[in-house]
Parts: sequence; C-alpha cells; structure tokens
Amino acid sequence: MAIEIIIGAWVATGLTLFIFTFLYKDNPLFKLAENLYVGVSVGYTIIKTYDTVVVQLIWRPIVENGEWALLVPVAIGMLMLTRYVPKAAWISRYAFAFIVGVGSGLAIPRTISSFILKQIEDTVRPLLTLVPGEGVTFTWSLLNPSSSLNTIIILIGVSSVLFYFFFSVEHTGPGKVVARTGIIFLMIAFGAAFGYTVMARMSLLIGRLTDLIEFTDPSYGRPSFWLAGLTILMLVVMARRSSSKQSKEEEK
Amino acid sequence: MIFLRRQVPLLITLITGIVFAAQYYVPHPASEQMLTSVTKWLQIIGGFALVLGVSSLFQVHAVKIRRKEAGWGYSFVLYVSMLGTIAVGFWSNGKEAVDGAMTAFGWIYNFMMVPLQGTMFAILAFFIASAAYRSFRARSREAAVLLIAAVIVMMGRVPLGEYLIPISGDLSQWILNVLNASVRRAILIGVSLGTVALSIKIIFGMERSYLGGGKE
Repeated sequence: MAIEIIIGAWVATGLTLFIFTFLYKDNPLFKLAENLYVGVSVGYTIIKTYDTVVVQLIWRPIVENGEWALLVPVAIGMLMLTRYVPKAAWISRYAFAFIVGVGSGLAIPRTISSFILKQIEDTVRPLLTLVPGEGVTFTWSLLNPSSSLNTIIILIGVSSVLFYFFFSVEHTGPGKVVARTGIIFLMIAFGAAFGYTVMARMSLLIGRLTDLIEFTDPSYGRPSFWLAGLTILMLVVMARRSSSKQSKEEEK
Repeated sequence: MIFLRRQVPLLITLITGIVFAAQYYVPHPASEQMLTSVTKWLQIIGGFALVLGVSSLFQVHAVKIRRKEAGWGYSFVLYVSMLGTIAVGFWSNGKEAVDGAMTAFGWIYNFMMVPLQGTMFAILAFFIASAAYRSFRARSREAAVLLIAAVIVMMGRVPLGEYLIPISGDLSQWILNVLNASVRRAILIGVSLGTVALSIKIIFGMERSYLGGGKE
C-alpha cells in the first residue's frame, strides 16, 4: 500500500478519535482537532474560490477569449475592499447596492413563478380523476402521493398551516379549529424533520465507524487500535493533571 | 456628497432591480445573455466578499496570538493549518487529483477535511439523542404527535425498524411525501411572499439596512 495512504489512515483515525473525545468532555485534543478543522476548511474554501473565480471566471476568459467586460465585476468587487479604508468605506455601498439590486430584481419574478404559483398549482389539483372507460373516480391510495385522498390531505395541510401563520384574523371559533389543525400538521412535519436529521447523522456516524474498523487492518498498521489507546492514555493523564492541580489549589 | 454616498447607491439598486425583474419577461437572446453574464458577475463579486470574511477571521486570531490570550495556541494551529492548506492548494493548482492520481491537496481533503467534517456532524447524533430524551417526553398532545412522527420516520428508514414494525416504511414515506410536503409547501409559500415583499421594498428604497450605518 502507498505510504501516503497509510499516513492518511493514521491522520484520519487520529483526528476522528480526537473529535470523539468530546463525548467524554471538552478537552485540548478536541479543541486541537476543532481548530484544525476550521483552518483546513477555510484554506480549502479559499483555494476553491481562487480556482473558480480568479482562474476560471476572470483570468482564462480575459486572457484566452479577450472578455474584457469581466473587468467590470472585478472593479465592483474591488469597491467592496474600500471597507478597509474608513474614509472611503462608503464607496463599498456601490458594490452592495449592485448585488442587492440585481438579487432583488432576479428574485421577484422567479419566486412568484417557481415558489408561489407553482406551489399553489400543485396544491389546488382536481379532487376527482377522469379515467377513460371508467369515468370519474376517487382514488383512496395513501401510498400514492397524487391520489385523490392525499390531494385533499395536502390541501387541508397547506391551507391550515397558512392560516395558522396569518395573524391578521383572531384565531377564535372555526378559525381556532383550522389553526389547531395547522399546528398538528406542523408538529408532524417537525417530528419527521427531526427523525430524518437523526437518521442522517447516524448514517455519518456509521461512515466514521466503518472507517475506524477498516483502519484496524494490519496493512495500515492498525492505527485505530494504537491511536485509540494513545488517546485514552492522554485523556487519563490530562484528567489526573487537572485533578492534582485542583487539589493543590484547594490546599492553598 | 450625500448624493454620492446615499442617493447613488439607492439609484443603482432601483435601476438594476427593475432591469433584472423585467429581464424575466423578455424572451430575447440578448436578455438571456444578460442573465448569463450577470450570474457570472455575481459569482466574481461574491469572491471578493470572501476576502472580507476571511480577513476578519485572520485579524481575530492574529490579535489572540499577538496578545497571547488564553487558548492562543489553538489560534496558532488554525493559522498554520489554514496557511498550510492554502500553500498546498496553490502547489497542486487547486486540483484534488490529476490524471486519477491524488495530489497533496486531495490528500488534505480526503484524510483531514472529510474525516473532521464527518465526525463533527456525526457526534451531533449523540447530542440530538440526548436532547430528544430530555425534551421529547410527551408533555402535551402536540409534543406527543411530534414524538410519534419522529419515531415512525426513524423506524421507517432502517431495516430493523421495518422488521419490527412492518408498516413503518410505508407510513414513513406517507408522512414525508404528503404531510411533511404540505407543511413545507405552506412554509415555502409564506417565505416566498415575504421575499417578494422585501425585494420590492429594497428596490424602491424603503429598506436600506444593506447600505449599513455610518455617515450619510
């Protein structure tokens, strides 16, 4: 096996175990891995942004295709950096005004079309289906999201949740019933989102544990065993140090 | 001076806002080209915004190291790892692999970033579970509904759950595709209405917080 893969296995195992030590308590090993994570992530983002923006979107189009118009967004971007000069910081407003203006302009028709009209269109569907030869039918299948029964449930769900968030009318009488129905729908959705998130995290955990099991292989030098032992040893030493330090302070 | 500092930015927002809102209704190749160009422009300008954010991070940790504040060693680790990744990234031309062979930058990604990110999110599973134990007890009818929905979805997404409760798979799918979808749809409609209202306020200068405070 290539040496860089073996070293990589040791590094990945060590960092994984360092992060897992947080389950015991906050400790220097975790903090080390945490700061390493932030540093590496920021460094990675900088390089990826440099490659995508500076190289792919600015340098190559200008040098290879002569797209000099790209100097305009570069100039607008540079205006942002005037924030570092207090006297000229107001110039950065031009850049923000451009971004916000374009973003708002683009958002209005697209949001109305894709998120409002399309969602309403999908909600207000025919409750009955016309099947050739069978005439008008009402489908009861719960497993088919587009069945007539589910169409009614979705319509009730969307309407009641929208009403729950509509505060211009007091939720009393029939309105209270609708708002309560909205709450039930919301609770089910929150529960589903929670369950889904837990399972996604579990999936990640299984992935990490699978890697740790794989790295117990002799071809890697069994880093999972060695580093688990070393991590536990370091935690014990640190715990003893902190307890002896504490007892000394108490004696004083 | 107020005209340059205050009115011109508002004018830029007004003009660009109206032009790009109108662009949607003009099905002409030139209009499409304008949209493609401005999308690229926004990406380029966004790159400069990253410079602002990163420089702030640099400054915070530089101050910590210079003053040798508590935990400055961790800031040093952050600095070294960040600069090290940047140096290796430049050396590898920002590529994780070349002709199928992993570069040094790819090594950092595969053996440092992926395990760190994966484990960081994985330990949340334990904290979510403990938080659920504390807050999920069915204290009210609504909490009971939330708890039942969560349990069904969790059971329905693993083979063991489906083995124990055979109906949980179908029930979980129904909850996600129908009940959950209806709520998401309602929330999406509400958020979208808010987005449109805010965009109109921004374009017409009623909302100016994006210009920041400071002198007029």
